[in-house]
Amino acid sequence: MVSFSAVAKRYPGGEEALRGVTFSVDAAELLFITGRSGAGKSTLLKLIPAIERPSAGTVLVNGQNVAALKRAAIPYLRRNVGLVFQDQKLLYDRSVYDNVMLPLSFSAHPPKEAARRARAALDKVGLLAREKANPIQLSGGEQQRVAIARAVVNRPSILLADEPTANLDADSARRILDIFVEFNQVGVTVLIATHDHELVREYGKRVVTLEAGRAQ
Amino acid sequence: MKAWFRQHAQAFGRGLARVGLLNVLVIGVALALPAGGYALIESLHAVSGRLALDPQISLFLDAKRADTDALAAALKRDARIARVRFVPREQALKELGTVQGLPELMAALGRNPLPDAFVVTAREESIEPLAAELAKLPGVAHVQADALWARRLGSIARVARMGLWLLAVLLGVALVAVTFNTIRLQILTQRDEIEVSKLIGATDSFIGRPYYYAGLLQGLAGGLLALAVVAISLALLNREVRVLSESYGSNFRFDFLSAGDAFAVVLFAGLLGWAGAHLSVRRHLRAIEPS
Repeated sequence: MVSFSAVAKRYPGGEEALRGVTFSVDAAELLFITGRSGAGKSTLLKLIPAIERPSAGTVLVNGQNVAALKRAAIPYLRRNVGLVFQDQKLLYDRSVYDNVMLPLSFSAHPPKEAARRARAALDKVGLLAREKANPIQLSGGEQQRVAIARAVVNRPSILLADEPTANLDADSARRILDIFVEFNQVGVTVLIATHDHELVREYGKRVVTLEAGRAQ
Repeated sequence: MKAWFRQHAQAFGRGLARVGLLNVLVIGVALALPAGGYALIESLHAVSGRLALDPQISLFLDAKRADTDALAAALKRDARIARVRFVPREQALKELGTVQGLPELMAALGRNPLPDAFVVTAREESIEPLAAELAKLPGVAHVQADALWARRLGSIARVARMGLWLLAVLLGVALVAVTFNTIRLQILTQRDEIEVSKLIGATDSFIGRPYYYAGLLQGLAGGLLALAVVAISLALLNREVRVLSESYGSNFRFDFLSAGDAFAVVLFAGLLGWAGAHLSVRRHLRAIEPS
């Protein structure tokens, strides 16, 4: 589903975030990527939806070489990759429901179908009752769940999460990871980057550890 | 297809919401200047068009000394002259009688003060040397090159029209710049939404569409406002002009732009707004990339 071979990423200014990372994720697998901050976890995830381009090596997503994609093709790649960030990136000028509707506004769903999907996604993360709220009124864990609902509303085959539990207490963090596990159980490929080794161990899934830009 | 219309309707609505009334005012007032000036010149041009622009020379004869037949023969022989028309003094008086206010004057004079005249049409455009020569012919009392002042008026109108075109071009550039900057500010304030939209797979054209509509609608609204400003200004002007022209026995007034010209003003404004939005979107929307 996703495969990295000898991927290096050097940022302008010379900082080397990744120095030859090779690994692959099967379809419908759930993989944890761990490592200390600065180990290159975020960079690795950003290469998959072409937010960053690799300096060397190839990143394949569904058999497509992401680095070779034309600018115009990138939005269509991203629609198939759900993204959840540490800082949610929600829009605070609109309701929870409108945040989740955003990815549906540019795909060709009829309005009723779009509304049904948005509500289904909110229901899945347990926030249907808060659809009219502004995200700012929600707790950190709830905001993260809104971000997950937004990431899955277009039914992507791959779900990426960068430190989704970073600022949450243990219970909220577990709840978030449980939701990812549920999506994984219905066939979504999930990659979660986290520095929380303890929590990762509880789930017994495959783990790739990054250290100084290399996979261990 | 339905989805396409829905997306455009949505973008239209969002574009409409971004149209700034103050910008419409700026564009409208700016465009009213050349559009109004054009209306004034066209109205004056319609009047000056009725004046003879042919290279004509009038020869007024000295009644005592003139040998009309010999003079006519001499004029007809001249290779530089295309046509010769004799206007006897009785006929000239009759023609003057049709001009408002003059019959009373004529009656007061009691006798016909007008001389016989030849109206000569030259073959060449420059008639001054010919006029000077004809003035020396025996029996010719006075020579007048009629077309001269009418042509000067025509030249002035051409200069004014050229000035208006330059003004229109400059203000058109200003319109593009105003739209460019407005759209730039809107893009910057919507930065978060644009960044998130790009992250979740919105295409550049989807994100840019409301801004294109905003630029287009702002231009069109500015164009319509410019027409309204011109219409109101001309109506106010005409109230005073009517008093003035009635005192000259004329029914002259300034006309509004023709339907075609009015349509062109609005279309032109809309296109320039669209162009400003296009430049701004290309430059500023692409610069926003999620990181």
